Amino acid sequence: MTESNRMLEQPAVRNGGTLKMMSRATYLREALLKNLFLVCAVVAVAAVSLIFIFTASRGWSVVRDPGLGAFLGGTEWSSTRGEYGILPLVNGTLVITIGALLLGAPLAIGTAVFLSEISSSKMRRIVRPAVEMLAGVPSVVYGFFGLVILRPIVAEMTGGMGFGPLTASVILAVMIVPTIATLTEDALGSVPPGIREASYAMGATTWQTIYKVLLPAAKIGIIDAIILGMGRAVGETMAVVMVAGNAPQFFKGFGAPIATVTSQIVIDMSYASGTHKTALFGLAIILFLISMGLVALVRALSRLNDRKA
Amino acid sequence: MTPLSGALKPDAPDGSAKFTVRDLDFYYGDFHALTGMNIDIRENSVTAFIGPSGCGKSTFLRCLNRMNDLIPGTRVDGTITLDGQDIYSSGVDPVDLRRRVGMIFQQPNPFPMSIYDNVAFGPRLHGMKKKDELDAVVEQALMRANLWKEVKDIMDRGGLTLSGGQQQRLCIARVLAVQPDVLLMDEPCSAIDPTSVQKVEDLMDELKNTVTIIIVTHNMQQAARVSQETAFFLQERQGEAAELIEFGRTTDIFTSPHDRRTEDYITGRFG
Repeated sequence: MTESNRMLEQPAVRNGGTLKMMSRATYLREALLKNLFLVCAVVAVAAVSLIFIFTASRGWSVVRDPGLGAFLGGTEWSSTRGEYGILPLVNGTLVITIGALLLGAPLAIGTAVFLSEISSSKMRRIVRPAVEMLAGVPSVVYGFFGLVILRPIVAEMTGGMGFGPLTASVILAVMIVPTIATLTEDALGSVPPGIREASYAMGATTWQTIYKVLLPAAKIGIIDAIILGMGRAVGETMAVVMVAGNAPQFFKGFGAPIATVTSQIVIDMSYASGTHKTALFGLAIILFLISMGLVALVRALSRLNDRKA
Repeated sequence: MTPLSGALKPDAPDGSAKFTVRDLDFYYGDFHALTGMNIDIRENSVTAFIGPSGCGKSTFLRCLNRMNDLIPGTRVDGTITLDGQDIYSSGVDPVDLRRRVGMIFQQPNPFPMSIYDNVAFGPRLHGMKKKDELDAVVEQALMRANLWKEVKDIMDRGGLTLSGGQQQRLCIARVLAVQPDVLLMDEPCSAIDPTSVQKVEDLMDELKNTVTIIIVTHNMQQAARVSQETAFFLQERQGEAAELIEFGRTTDIFTSPHDRRTEDYITGRFG
């Protein structure tokens, strides 16, 4: 007799016609697991909330001393003179981030297009892990590379020591490539395959298909990718500290030292006290707000994308 | 492998052959997908490809505009000529071939852009820039696709906002805008509602005066309704190459098929 026959011959109704009750052990296990996952989620949210509350509680008094206007609108950051204006630092963050995006985003998007549309599967097996590996290199290694290899080259080009926005931007550009490339590749991959076929069937070349159909279709996903790359560039600290020169001054040239919001926190935190320390927590709040803004932007964009589709 | 090469007589009494296929074999890597295909597609008529799933109809259709080139590892033996020119000869640009041989897919696939831009896509691709020229081409293509009346006031709206049937006609308009000689339709009606099916079939009937149409369909009533000639494909055993079993006038295929397997399929004994 075959297995399936034996199954068929079993009586359809067992246990005298009543359905089996769920055992107490099963019930408890299910309830426990459900709550375990809930705890994981709560812990993650609580950690972020606690960090924010702690930072805010230590930093909010910048409103009184040095005062909100002097903090947000001040053009000088100098602990010796008691000036804690964040504008030069925000300026530094902005310059380095924009530089990194200008260099890194085209490189990353080009890489993604290559991986998604052009590369043979053999090449893909080599290039993709290489790009992903860029994300795994510790930032101190990037900083070290920038300091030892890149800085002398920049110094040669711009005069001076080579510490400054150019070196920092180039290093950051490489660091954000994996973020933008991976997400852009996902965005291109989620373009319905029918659209790609339609374009080729219309007599479009590969290049025309990429820039007239695929990139526009994946536009919102690519903007997302760039914003998240931007978040990484704004938040990166160690590599920047090593190559930016760390002088809290406005942009004076690609080879002139500069400081960012994050780098200034690292430089000052070992010795700051009193108002100075409060001001550093104030900087942390600013960073929090920036990254919250970026996350909100990404969410708004993806909602827009969902509505359109 | 080709038991019917003698039995198969390409039948094109009135009207010359648009496509002539001789001894075509097709491979996906090591898999031999099609074997011994011989067929003459008559100009300005509708030819239907029928057969059970996986019988190579779509694969064969995609040989005709070299869409299979896009899949790595595919290989073609034998010849396919379009108006006497071998489309697989080394000098032929597949991009130009695909402009002359348009394709409609099972799933309507408008680009995520406006209705206007969808239809203007092809002309722009081939260098048309002037607004008034484009306007004229877009309007004409939409009229030929019987969609103009429905969309003329919403040309800026996204193509994806249209209903499935309208989307399919938009795709037809998009192809017609580049004035193709041939329209390959890969199950164009299997993903749209019945009213739209009617519209697409009426459209095929009008278009066949100026365009050669080849349609792959699972729906035998549709093949009988829209086509003048019908080709029956069959893969006899799993893993074997598919063959063209019988090709002739649609009326003959559906009323007095020569081959037993065609008869079995048409009367619903398998597939």
